[in-house]
Amino acid sequence: MLGTYFTFPELLLWIPFVTGLIAIFIKDAKSVKAFALFSSLATLLVSVISLCYTDVAHHPEYVDYNNVSYVWMPYIGSSFSVGLDGMGHLLTFLTAFSFPVIFAATYKSEFKNANAFYALMLLSQAGLMGVFIAMDALLFYFFWELALIPVYFLCSRWGGEKRIAATFKFFVYTFVGSLLMLVGIIYVYLHTPSFSQDSAHSFYIAAFYKAVLDPGQQSWLFWLFFIAFAIKMPIFPFHTWQPNSYEQAPYPAVMVMSGVMVKMGVFAMIRWLIPVFPAAAAKFDHVVIILAIIGIIYASCIAIVQDDLKRMVAWASIAHLGLMGAAIFAGNFTSLQGTMLAMLNHGFNILALWIIVDIINKTTGIRKISELGGLAQKSPMLSIFFLVIALANIGLPLTNSFVSEFLMLTGLFHFNKWYAAFACMGVILSAVYMLNMMKNVFYGKMNSLTENASAMSNLQKMVLTVLVIFILVLGIYPSLVLHLTEGTVSNILAHISVK
Amino acid sequence: MNAIILTAIWGVIMMFGGVFFKKNTTPKYWAIAGIVIIIVANIFEFFGHQIFHVDTKGMLRFDAFSLHFNTIVFICTLLFFLLSGRDFEKIGIHVSEYFSLIFFVLCGVSIVSSFNTLLLLFLGIEILSIPLYILTGSDKRNLKSNEASLKYFLMGAFSTGLMLMGIALIYGGNSLGSFYIDAINLGTGHLPVLIAAGLVLLLVAMSFKVSAAPFHFWVPDVYDGAPTVVTAFMSTIVKVAGFIAFIHLFQYSFGAMQSQWQTLVVIIIAATLLIGNVTAVFQQSVKRMLAYSSIAQAGFMMFALFALNDTAREGILLYAAAYSLASIGLFSVIAKMSDYSIAGFNGLGKSQPTLALTCTIFLLSLTGIPLTAGFTAKFYMLMAAVKDGHQIWLVIFAVICAAISAVYYFRVIQAIYFKEPTPEINAQMPITPAFRWIHIIIAGLIILLGILPGLVIDWIYY
Repeated sequence: MLGTYFTFPELLLWIPFVTGLIAIFIKDAKSVKAFALFSSLATLLVSVISLCYTDVAHHPEYVDYNNVSYVWMPYIGSSFSVGLDGMGHLLTFLTAFSFPVIFAATYKSEFKNANAFYALMLLSQAGLMGVFIAMDALLFYFFWELALIPVYFLCSRWGGEKRIAATFKFFVYTFVGSLLMLVGIIYVYLHTPSFSQDSAHSFYIAAFYKAVLDPGQQSWLFWLFFIAFAIKMPIFPFHTWQPNSYEQAPYPAVMVMSGVMVKMGVFAMIRWLIPVFPAAAAKFDHVVIILAIIGIIYASCIAIVQDDLKRMVAWASIAHLGLMGAAIFAGNFTSLQGTMLAMLNHGFNILALWIIVDIINKTTGIRKISELGGLAQKSPMLSIFFLVIALANIGLPLTNSFVSEFLMLTGLFHFNKWYAAFACMGVILSAVYMLNMMKNVFYGKMNSLTENASAMSNLQKMVLTVLVIFILVLGIYPSLVLHLTEGTVSNILAHISVK
Repeated sequence: MNAIILTAIWGVIMMFGGVFFKKNTTPKYWAIAGIVIIIVANIFEFFGHQIFHVDTKGMLRFDAFSLHFNTIVFICTLLFFLLSGRDFEKIGIHVSEYFSLIFFVLCGVSIVSSFNTLLLLFLGIEILSIPLYILTGSDKRNLKSNEASLKYFLMGAFSTGLMLMGIALIYGGNSLGSFYIDAINLGTGHLPVLIAAGLVLLLVAMSFKVSAAPFHFWVPDVYDGAPTVVTAFMSTIVKVAGFIAFIHLFQYSFGAMQSQWQTLVVIIIAATLLIGNVTAVFQQSVKRMLAYSSIAQAGFMMFALFALNDTAREGILLYAAAYSLASIGLFSVIAKMSDYSIAGFNGLGKSQPTLALTCTIFLLSLTGIPLTAGFTAKFYMLMAAVKDGHQIWLVIFAVICAAISAVYYFRVIQAIYFKEPTPEINAQMPITPAFRWIHIIIAGLIILLGILPGLVIDWIYY
């Protein structure tokens, strides 16, 4: 019934897109806020329902609910193909879940021109959804760029003092990366077999997986794609845009960027890089893993000495993404499953972390660690939330990150013991900066600035409770996610080994 | 044929109409009526209905491609008249004559889109250029306009000389002694010296006309000095017509021996992209910035000449439409401004929200962001070049240059939305609702072509 009229991926794309366009015309700030929240809740509802229709192995009819293809540009073999596999389900859920959380957590914040702000937020959600559901390389490129444009305007319009320069740096970095990828896409496309009578080649993902490329061609094409994805993640040494633009971005935008947008890079590596260029991925795996590990240690060390909360979280995020990058290129079942889980976990954890930083910043007016202190006495509930989230970030057992980091490190260990050993340093170093923050911000002496701190809103309490529940549930029962992505991971591994 | 004759007739009508038109505003409506008639006549011819039966002895060839290109150009001209028609009244009192000159340019455009002999190429280029020399200097009391006109005339005359020399050499060099462009096609063998010299001279002369580096030095001064309406016309419609002629000539005359001259084109492309993009970054005046950006865009259009395959022919039409629409829209806003600096755009997002949005779409299109026609056009050009198979480095170089172009296009976007307004500059901008609506239509067309490029491309194969 459902599949005959519309499919899940279409709904996930069009709900935020259409509501985003409508939001521009709602001039009243309060109504547009509520409208955005409801729109994102509707998307979340669709995403949750779609999770009930994932078991394609036992119910082949579910395929119709999750995949659809329309004729778009037949003369060049491009179609509007969207679909959801295990990984797609996982990441669309993360996207659908993040936006209501962001809207609820920042419900009290006031933004000038609220209609434009919320419209751009919803449009960026549409772009992100598009990236995760696109089954056609050209369509993927469209969404890859379109997810960027609203975020560019969000950060440049509503960000901090140096926002224009910082955001533009971010834009140029990603734009260079995506244009290089475009050249790569065109080149691969011209080596794909035909999937229809109208054109000699095809942009369809299956055609890309079947593209005939010798190892020499793969070697340079690999880098065209890799740079685009590595900038987005970011992997060392392509990370330099990130701390500045996170620092300058408004909180809702930074939550989108670090919670969901960076997953575009991880996702794209798994879907569009490794299966298309298996030979090159096998050739350059050591290079990439070494870069990723340098990134882990380097970013963790810098996070330790940061005094600004926003910058600290930004650097911590680089370290966590570095581990995912290394795990992808370890290329075995355990490490890839760990990465899948880590994408979701990192989304939850960093969202929670940003919400807490936002609360601290809003209630005290500062975000310098050295100037803060004694918040635990003022707001014990906030410090309990933070404790759980900090432990989750470190990767303590019973929290979600423990499972994912354990899987990724095990996978990496199978690949090379030494790499795993160095990557483990990241976990230790993360304990240093997270506990440091705990000590200096929540304990220690209260001062004149922190004395006036006000309490959290009920909405924020609710959101943090939900996030903490997710953190604990996934820590105890990770199979929820691992079952979902099992199929995707084995498919990709099959592609790599066949070629 | 319909278009060539009608544009010429209408040019004469406009010229003598100047005596009878009482008011300065009348010529605009006559011009709009004329261009609508010409569009209709051209579309009729596209579907096989000739109004004028002229035996051209094969000197002109009207295929789907050239007629389709004419339609694109005339529609762009119509939008240009609708947007900027009133700005002609600001230049001087001879409004009717300005329009008449534009119709003569259009006559030249329709000749160069369908020439089949070198002589008609020369005629077309001259008919297209001479009115432009006059239009450039039409702001008689402005020294910059005078300077631009003289510079343009000298440079143009020089390149025309080179072109004639090239034509003469090719005529003398081929054994058939023919001006017909397909008769020159000498196969893939080694080129005779005379033909090779003629080819290089034609390449240089045409590069002058399309402002490709290193023959671009006249562009910034001429585009800057000419009245803004005239700049809008010659940097878009005339330039893409030059490209059509360029590609037409090289495909039919020298297509088979492409491998022998491709390296020259590669050098020109690389130089054009680099000089256009890097110099544009340092411009403070938006008008001058757009002049350099037109050089940069020419670099991308040159890829059609580099590849010369079907994708390139599709792409150049798309590029012509995408580039002309976006530039005409931007120039129409600049023409209304008293200050051309980037600061003139400050706070446009607050004072003119609709124009700010449409200008942003134009700028995004020029940058080549997906969902706009600029992206599909660039995409087709890149695809044509990659398909050619040689020189992938040039394609990578081109996309890096495209990323540089984001720097100067986005500077204007930043001024529009993120800078505080400077009230004294924008206060007196005379914006009518009709102007806004046409802007919205152009922006809509750009997005439509960004999603469905087939709307333009399919007609080539009609």
